[in-house]
Amino acid sequence: MLNRRSFGVGIAAALFAFGTLAGPAMAATARVAVAANFTAAAKEIGTAFQKQSGDTIDFSFGSTGQLYNQISNGAPFDVFLAADTKRPKMALDQGYAVKGTDFTYAIGQIVLYSTDADLVKGKQTLTKADFDKIAIANPKTAPYGTAAVQAMKAMGVYASLKPKVVQGNNIAQTFQFVESGNAALGFVAFSEVAQSEKGSRWVVPSDTYDPIRQNAVILKNGKGNAVAKAFVDFLKGPQAARIIKKYGYATAKGN
Amino acid sequence: MEGLSPEVWIAVRLTVELASITTLLLLVLATPLAWWLARSDAWWKEVVAAVVALPLVLPPTVLGFYFLVALGPGGPGGWLAGLWGGRTLAFTFEGLVAGSVVYSMPFVVQPIRNAFEAMGERPMEVAATLRASPWRAFWTVALPLARPGLLTGAVLGFAHTVGEFGVVLMIGGNIPGETKVLSVAIYDFVETQQWHETNVIAGGMVVFGFLAVFAMMLAEKRMRPAGA
Repeated sequence: MLNRRSFGVGIAAALFAFGTLAGPAMAATARVAVAANFTAAAKEIGTAFQKQSGDTIDFSFGSTGQLYNQISNGAPFDVFLAADTKRPKMALDQGYAVKGTDFTYAIGQIVLYSTDADLVKGKQTLTKADFDKIAIANPKTAPYGTAAVQAMKAMGVYASLKPKVVQGNNIAQTFQFVESGNAALGFVAFSEVAQSEKGSRWVVPSDTYDPIRQNAVILKNGKGNAVAKAFVDFLKGPQAARIIKKYGYATAKGN
Repeated sequence: MEGLSPEVWIAVRLTVELASITTLLLLVLATPLAWWLARSDAWWKEVVAAVVALPLVLPPTVLGFYFLVALGPGGPGGWLAGLWGGRTLAFTFEGLVAGSVVYSMPFVVQPIRNAFEAMGERPMEVAATLRASPWRAFWTVALPLARPGLLTGAVLGFAHTVGEFGVVLMIGGNIPGETKVLSVAIYDFVETQQWHETNVIAGGMVVFGFLAVFAMMLAEKRMRPAGA
């Protein structure tokens, strides 16, 4: 027992010493808060960035609203990759972010998706409405949900579909509802189905909803952090753009 | 209470309905189970007790995930829903009741089992010598003696169902009047930075939680026979 305990104390002491010695010298890392829908793309971009620069990025994933609340309550993030333009703007207005650093890093697209290979054929699937439940993300909290409602309204099917709508708390949960078969189909992010071929899908025409601009901003906490700055520059670069497109987003320059 | 939207009151009513129905079902299911756990000599009864207690230690996301699968088209819930032409029990009030019963079960079984165990063999033996059938003795002797345990179980089951969040979030689909209970409504308000509504509901939940626990303690103290 004693041995084990002193061993534990030793480890703690070593970690402490390492932390205090290495802490200030090794600031070659940045903390980035990322909207959940961008998880897979962010990880790949992070890996590419690390390979190029040798610096590391610590990602925290969550819903844009929750991340914003954490930031406004002092969470130590350097960069904020939101799923909308509203929260980065709020961060700027409230003084949590560095002025002039916000930009659109990705533009999301919505897809009507079902695991059933024969269900989704296009707009007629929505007008015929031969299904029980259709899943969308919560339009109040998730931009992908807002876009889904806009698209249904533009296609004139919202009133008739409304009683069949179930809401996922975010776009990831909406995808779970469809993927588990509980909802026959749903409006999900293109990024969630871009890597697979299964089921049936229809890319919703982008003129039926406002572009889902996902904005990023450097936070006050990351103002003097060179890695944060380098990461943001990397995110704007061609290598990141390739990854972003691979995951089913458009980029701001439209190419 | 001014300035609260109707959706808050819809959520309050739904939450009370869900907790009431769940508590009634739990008392009906948990009482015989607790009786068996308290009395049986079967070696595997602690296995059953452990399974019943699992929701205490499992993250709600684990339960929510299994519920999503079990209630869906590939699981028993989907089969059941198929009887009236449905596809799934997820996104329904009935689905929430099923989830809540499992989720809150340990909070009801444990106090009742404790009450039955504390009572010992003696009261039932005495009742038997007075020619009461086991069935009658259970209703007229065991249940009244176990009253504090039943009350504790009912209050805890009710309060815990009101406080349930993760499971509801994962299987509910956030439908107003059907599956959007208070805890989910609060989450929405926090996400959209509606602090007024958040404060009112969150404050109300704290007061409710305190009153529930406090009332339970008072009642238990009064009901407990002297010396027990």
